[in-house]
Amino acid sequence: MKIVVCMKAVPDPKKASDIKIDPETKTLVRRDVPMVINPLDRHALEEALRIKAENDAHVTVLSMGPPQAGNIVKECLALGADTGILLSDPNFGGADAFATAYTLAMGIKKLGDVDVVLCGMASSDGATEWVGPEMAVMLGMPVVTMVKEISGYEGQSWEVKAALENGYRRVKVQLPAVFTVTRDLNSPKTLSFSGIIKARKKSITQWGFTDLGVPAETVGVKGSPTIVTEMRPVENTREVLFLTGSRDEKADQLVQKLVEVGVL
Amino acid sequence: MNAMNHGNAPVWVIADQEKGNLLPVTPQLVGKARGLAHELETTVDVVLLGDGIEAHARSLIAAGAARIFMGNDPELANYHPEVYSGVIVKLAHEYQPQIILMGSTSVGRELAPLVAARLGTGLTAHCIDLGINQDGILDQIIPAYGGEITIVCPERRPQMATIAQGVFPAPELDRERGGEVVSIAGPFQSSGRMETLEVVIEQPEGIPLGTASVVVAGGAGAGDETGWNEIVQLSTILKAGLGCTRPAVDEGWADLESMIGQSGKMVSPDIYLGIGLSGEQQHMVGITGAKVMIAINNDKKSPVFSQVDYGVVEDCRSFLRVLLEKIREYKEQKANN
Repeated sequence: MKIVVCMKAVPDPKKASDIKIDPETKTLVRRDVPMVINPLDRHALEEALRIKAENDAHVTVLSMGPPQAGNIVKECLALGADTGILLSDPNFGGADAFATAYTLAMGIKKLGDVDVVLCGMASSDGATEWVGPEMAVMLGMPVVTMVKEISGYEGQSWEVKAALENGYRRVKVQLPAVFTVTRDLNSPKTLSFSGIIKARKKSITQWGFTDLGVPAETVGVKGSPTIVTEMRPVENTREVLFLTGSRDEKADQLVQKLVEVGVL
Repeated sequence: MNAMNHGNAPVWVIADQEKGNLLPVTPQLVGKARGLAHELETTVDVVLLGDGIEAHARSLIAAGAARIFMGNDPELANYHPEVYSGVIVKLAHEYQPQIILMGSTSVGRELAPLVAARLGTGLTAHCIDLGINQDGILDQIIPAYGGEITIVCPERRPQMATIAQGVFPAPELDRERGGEVVSIAGPFQSSGRMETLEVVIEQPEGIPLGTASVVVAGGAGAGDETGWNEIVQLSTILKAGLGCTRPAVDEGWADLESMIGQSGKMVSPDIYLGIGLSGEQQHMVGITGAKVMIAINNDKKSPVFSQVDYGVVEDCRSFLRVLLEKIREYKEQKANN
């Protein structure tokens, strides 16, 4: 079984609030926010590794991003992925969800004979959820989004539970198929020393624009139906009154405030 | 599809129903679509798929739709990605809408990208506002990077966006308004590669966030499970709905269902308490109309403090321990008097 996990390098969500819109230039001010694996993609990789441990599976990690995103792919190799591919080319830059899905789909087509494509249900930075399902359309595969449990594997047919607002649906799907996953699916393991050692022998393949053999107008900013036309910072919406004094005094004032507004 | 002559092309809303019940987001979107259509000098159509849904066609016309494309068939009772997207794509090719709006519901957020990819067009996720710019193009506003950004789909058509329930108000219904119902005939068959075996609806635990009059929301500042547990205790003792930011979901402390904001739930409590969170726009846009907003954060410069009425600059973990103790004391005293 051939599994591809699509992985996005994102600014560390814990520090993402350091990226701001400059009120003067209306452009992004990026401090040194480190790039990490998109947290939900980490669950997708974990599931692939779990399947690999139980079955005969080959796990490929596929990421599109700048050359630095190679570090994320390397980390995935150390976590246990067999092959790492980075789609990196200046032509891929500025891609929206549609162009990203297309580029990843072309990477998956180039790999060939893929049975399962896994990715997180959303990216922590853009918060779009489109790449998984749009890839599925472009690959001609069925898709199930928000998968929280893979409950049955029977050859080329999988049974999964997918989250709904207040519950779930059980779905049976013929492979090859795309699944986007939630964090309920599993608990990712941390990096092991032996994994890091083993990963040293694995190398990352980098594919650029010419390797995919697609028209230039289908990738990156040219292949993106949507564009950002304006950015603006949000002004203060309320005037804050800070409670003062010792911790104890602040707590007393807050209790008083909660009484005043009728919560207590 | 590319933009051609879309002068009077309609604005579409894809209706969202669960077990035959129309979700509130649908009339909200019809209300907004009517405003957009008015500016574009066109009308609103709704695609309504399900089984036993005839009555909803009338109410959506009352909400502002001029035409309903209704697929009312047992085969459409449950959402099926291939079948539903197939019907919508076929209709879109035939009637060429210039805009398609869908709810950011669990069905909408899967169906919208399937439709967009098949139509080869753009799709903006979880907008917090929509408008028509001077070029007659849909401005799609989303929160990002401590502010807001405007996204447009300048050339390809239709322009597509998803919007969460509660972003736009429910429109006033006018039962006198007339409209046309166009029945969509089957067969509605799929390739058989996917089958929904069962849809299970579970009763949510605790106080429902959407209607809670007090909301306690926690974020990364909780630090760990123990810290998070104190936020949970505070919500319990205040009989508040418990919400969170994305980092709390990523850490595994809270469920996705309790995430407040652009890609989560919209809430409109009287009182909001934000604890150990930084006031990111993606979260803050989810709180509308709160009378009093309070934040606890250890960083006085945190953006959250420009968006609340009362601020406590303290590490939430040590502060909550004291606060919980004092609330318990207050409650005991009150009970004894």
